[in-house]
Amino acid sequence: MRGGIHRVVVGIVAAGAAAILSLAPAAAQTTVKIGIINSYSGFVAQAADEMQKGMDLYVKLHEKDLPAGVKIEIIKRDDTSNPEVGKRLAQELITQDQVQVLTGVILSPVAAAVAPLTAEAKVPFVITNAAGVSIPRLSPYVVRTSFTLWQECFPIGKWAAEQGWKTAYTEVTDFIAGHDSEAAFIKGFTDAGGKVLDSVRYPMQNPDFVPFVQRVKDAHPDVAFLWVPAQTQATAMMNAVRDLGLRDAGIHIVSAQDLLPDEELPRMGDTPLGLITSGNYSTAGDRPANKAFLAAWKAEYGEQSIPDFFSVGGWDGMAAIFDLIKATKGKFTGDEAMAFLSHWKNPDSPRGPIEIDPNTRDIIQNIYIREVKRVDGKLANVEIATIPLVKDPWKELNPPK
Amino acid sequence: MNGTFAAILSIGFHGLAFAMVLYLISVGLSVTMGLMGFVNLAHGVFAMLGGYVMTSLMHRYGVPFVAALALAAIATALVSIPLERVLYRRFYGGEELDQVLLTMGLIFMSVAGATYLWGPLTQHMEPPSWLAGQVDLGFRSFPAYRSFLILCGGVLVVALWLGLERTRFGAQIRAAVDNLRMAQSVGINTSRLFMLTFALGSGLAGLGGGLGADLMAINPSYALQYLVYFIIVVAVGGLGSIRGPFFAALVIGIADTAFKYWLPGLGAFFIYALTMMLLLWRPQGLFGRA
Repeated sequence: MRGGIHRVVVGIVAAGAAAILSLAPAAAQTTVKIGIINSYSGFVAQAADEMQKGMDLYVKLHEKDLPAGVKIEIIKRDDTSNPEVGKRLAQELITQDQVQVLTGVILSPVAAAVAPLTAEAKVPFVITNAAGVSIPRLSPYVVRTSFTLWQECFPIGKWAAEQGWKTAYTEVTDFIAGHDSEAAFIKGFTDAGGKVLDSVRYPMQNPDFVPFVQRVKDAHPDVAFLWVPAQTQATAMMNAVRDLGLRDAGIHIVSAQDLLPDEELPRMGDTPLGLITSGNYSTAGDRPANKAFLAAWKAEYGEQSIPDFFSVGGWDGMAAIFDLIKATKGKFTGDEAMAFLSHWKNPDSPRGPIEIDPNTRDIIQNIYIREVKRVDGKLANVEIATIPLVKDPWKELNPPK
Repeated sequence: MNGTFAAILSIGFHGLAFAMVLYLISVGLSVTMGLMGFVNLAHGVFAMLGGYVMTSLMHRYGVPFVAALALAAIATALVSIPLERVLYRRFYGGEELDQVLLTMGLIFMSVAGATYLWGPLTQHMEPPSWLAGQVDLGFRSFPAYRSFLILCGGVLVVALWLGLERTRFGAQIRAAVDNLRMAQSVGINTSRLFMLTFALGSGLAGLGGGLGADLMAINPSYALQYLVYFIIVVAVGGLGSIRGPFFAALVIGIADTAFKYWLPGLGAFFIYALTMMLLLWRPQGLFGRA
């Protein structure tokens, strides 16, 4: 109770101070408040760190480019990888801190919990990871700079069938992103004439993948589609593939980039050599913008630090927000912001040209087919084919009712 | 070779390797819980610490695998002593809720501490070259590192059993588990005994964490992530014994692997059902005292 009164008093004093400040006629300072919701702790903390570093780096390098008199204030909140917490924090950021833009979010369940609030409050919500395919439909104020798993797994399904591989076996993690990737791969593979032998989902917290990979080995498909939500699980999965000799048994493996994140590759030994994945970003991407991005990253975080697709999602999300601030000199309503963001384009992202699809507010970008090769003694996801400007296939297949 | 038989062999082998890691980490917890009546949920923190020490020594300082592993166990045991003296001992014989709150707090501190010291990334664990690849046993080959895990587990089980059954220190532990007040009145220094047992249990956890780093990846939320497995092994095995957790780890490790293989959709829940059934049948655990 005392806390409540205390808060009210502080609120009144702050409001009074703000009122006085706003009367001050001097060079009008505009401060844009940006709320970041990210999973700094919990089981995706590693991904959150990658994404945050991407955002921080963009801000550090481009803060000087903001229009004169415009400043930004960034408020970071930890959703602890929990949707309930994420929702509460979003509410606080909107009502108490009065942020003008919400951004961040690693996990789709968190994004799905936050999105409806942004529709109510008319606050633009720039999602920089959470890839659950239908999330932009939850609120007209959502725009996404990362990817959808349909965007990546549908093309790799088609690609696998085109290699002459007839039978497939899918194994994915049992949550929203895993379900998306499974459905997308199967659609891509079967549409192109392939046949899926069986589909298995493993639980989210799973220490050892051996029993699941053994099933694939026994079924002996032409190709196995194995999807895990990046990081620790990716390396654990590759260990199981190595220990069971799945590749020596003549079974091809494909996946989205989550199976072979750039920063986990050095932890995987030689097992991934030759593996094919689809993705929107690889540090090995041969583009000037990517070279510049990598150089800035290494200068900021050290030679040993490696960015990945999470980092680029965060980087481009911040780029979109900065462009919005520049275009409006920091003064915008939610609707004005969305009018700008839903037509935002960046021809020169580290991952190549990207643009937001005004109809779906999801990203259109190149999807690269990548092969793990040894480059300068280290493994890298080398881009071997480009599928230009891919729209999210799920939204094409499932138009809004 | 017959395909089904090969699959069963593979599941049995990998289940056994998983069981050994579970056992090494959990046995210390079982003994300290049985001996001191202390619900130490933070036991996994020591396993995590062992993993961090080992991987750091190997990859940052180039210490060879076996030496790094031994140092990890020793370092973990040493770190646990001041914790026992300063924190844990105040709660011996206290309310279980207090113990749970204290140790949950320690887990959260360990998550933050590990993130601060080592960052949020998973620690890279690459087995030494002599343990990479496969061992050919004539009729089929097995991954060398997991074979090594099973071998280590086996050796340690025997060593622990001999230590507890045949040494004076072991006899003191058994006496204190059986009847603490009687043990005190015949002159056993139980305070010192508690400290040493706690250090031994933590050291074993550190060893298990290091050995198992390839299987149970070392990352800041380790202690929380695998807590359920450790608790299940101890509850099913029964408190205060060396044999109990061994058989419990075997049952859990192999059954978990086997059921995930046969019934992938339900397999992940199976170990909880199995735990419930075992505990309904024997609430004190397989080898616990009624």
